[in-house]
Amino acid sequence: MDPNFHFNWHAAFASLPYLIKGVPWTLGISFGGLAIGFAIGIAFGLLSINPMRVVRWPARVYIEIFRGTPVLVQVLFIFYGLPQLLGGPINALTAGIAAIALNSGAYISEIVRGAVISIDKGQREAGLSLGLSHSQTFWSVTWPQSLRRMIPPLGNQAIISIKDTSLFSVIGVGELVRQGQIYIATTFSALETYFMVAVLYLIITLSLSIALSAFERSGLVGQ
Amino acid sequence: MTARDSSPDTDKPVVLMEGLNKHFGSLHVLRDVDLSVAPGEVVVIIGASGSGKSTLIRCINGLEEFQQGRIDVDSNELRPNGASRRALHTIRREVGMVFQQFNLFPHRSVRDNVMLAPRKVRGWSREQARETADKLLKRVGIADQADKYPAQLSGGQQQRVAIARALAMQPRLMLFDEPTSALDPEMIGEVLDVMRELAREGMTMVVVTHEMGFAREVADRAIYIHQGSIVEQGPPEAVFDNPQNERTQSFLSRVLKH
Repeated sequence: MDPNFHFNWHAAFASLPYLIKGVPWTLGISFGGLAIGFAIGIAFGLLSINPMRVVRWPARVYIEIFRGTPVLVQVLFIFYGLPQLLGGPINALTAGIAAIALNSGAYISEIVRGAVISIDKGQREAGLSLGLSHSQTFWSVTWPQSLRRMIPPLGNQAIISIKDTSLFSVIGVGELVRQGQIYIATTFSALETYFMVAVLYLIITLSLSIALSAFERSGLVGQ
Repeated sequence: MTARDSSPDTDKPVVLMEGLNKHFGSLHVLRDVDLSVAPGEVVVIIGASGSGKSTLIRCINGLEEFQQGRIDVDSNELRPNGASRRALHTIRREVGMVFQQFNLFPHRSVRDNVMLAPRKVRGWSREQARETADKLLKRVGIADQADKYPAQLSGGQQQRVAIARALAMQPRLMLFDEPTSALDPEMIGEVLDVMRELAREGMTMVVVTHEMGFAREVADRAIYIHQGSIVEQGPPEAVFDNPQNERTQSFLSRVLKH
């Protein structure tokens, strides 16, 4: 350890007003991407448990590709690779949201699939034996119970995706890490600035955890 | 015998099963089962676990498919390998089922459990479904628990809600699949009381059970199943007190000893 180095709280707090500017970007990319990812996850999660193989198979391919490759590679591919294919640039924000959507969508598909198949088969039998059709049984009986089971793993996925956006500094989106890097380039206070970057991530993820557990206790979903 | 309309038209069996065979892979679960259930009749099916008795009644409402034979339920014909989806849908609306594990919907209140099918399947208004639900819950003795969730009820109460839920569809036939087997002993009586009352009102019932006392008292006919075949059937007194088949004799001697 360097005996002459001291953590400079003044420098740490001085970075804050600058770093704060990255928060809306981090939140925007995360939640924009997660919202689309949730829609993708419901669609592909349900397709992946469809009895028909022709439907199941494409869903599995999507899930395996986006779960099996790094989100960093995905965003680089979208931001730098796709424009060559499309013949026009893609803005960094769009690329970031798309990467989170596609990546979280693959994981959320698995969350949806896992929750649905975890519901006791007696529930389905009870619905069918009452004369409900297969789709009525699914949407009135199985799905609401599945939703409730999805909350904890979805919270987990949201936190992972929020942290994944830190990688998008490489494509120049002005999210938290990117703001930190720019600030450090002029002040050289790497320790204090990255410390504050970490604190801001923690504030975001902790708030989300607390909100989710309150939501779960409220019983608003699947109750 | 319970009250039964004797006009020729309504004496047509509610269930008519002919030459039913079912396989689970290499396992021959049901062998050439013939069964006819008359309107208002209460049939009790007994047999060792794994004898196929649950599978048999699950075939009646299509929760299990079969490979050979036919089942006619209230003039709707079920054919092998699930080849009659439309008939199946009609049958399920007319046949109520009560499960060993209750299978109440945990995310819905007791009242909503009972209201769901009449609303979705019969298209009843909320008010009409609610009125019927409350009437049925009163009938099974849990009117005061209507706003609770299933998990807040005892096993016996849950099973009574399950019976009310099935009755809400005004079924022609009720199937009971070991309805008291998952219950604590002190709760068995309250469920049997509800079933006894139903039988007295003339409901056609097929009941898989281990409750020999109930069977003897309520059933019009007892059927003993061994390895997927009906080996003996008749009035409960005859089957229980004077079984002709040695399989039945040995089963009863094991069961009735307790």
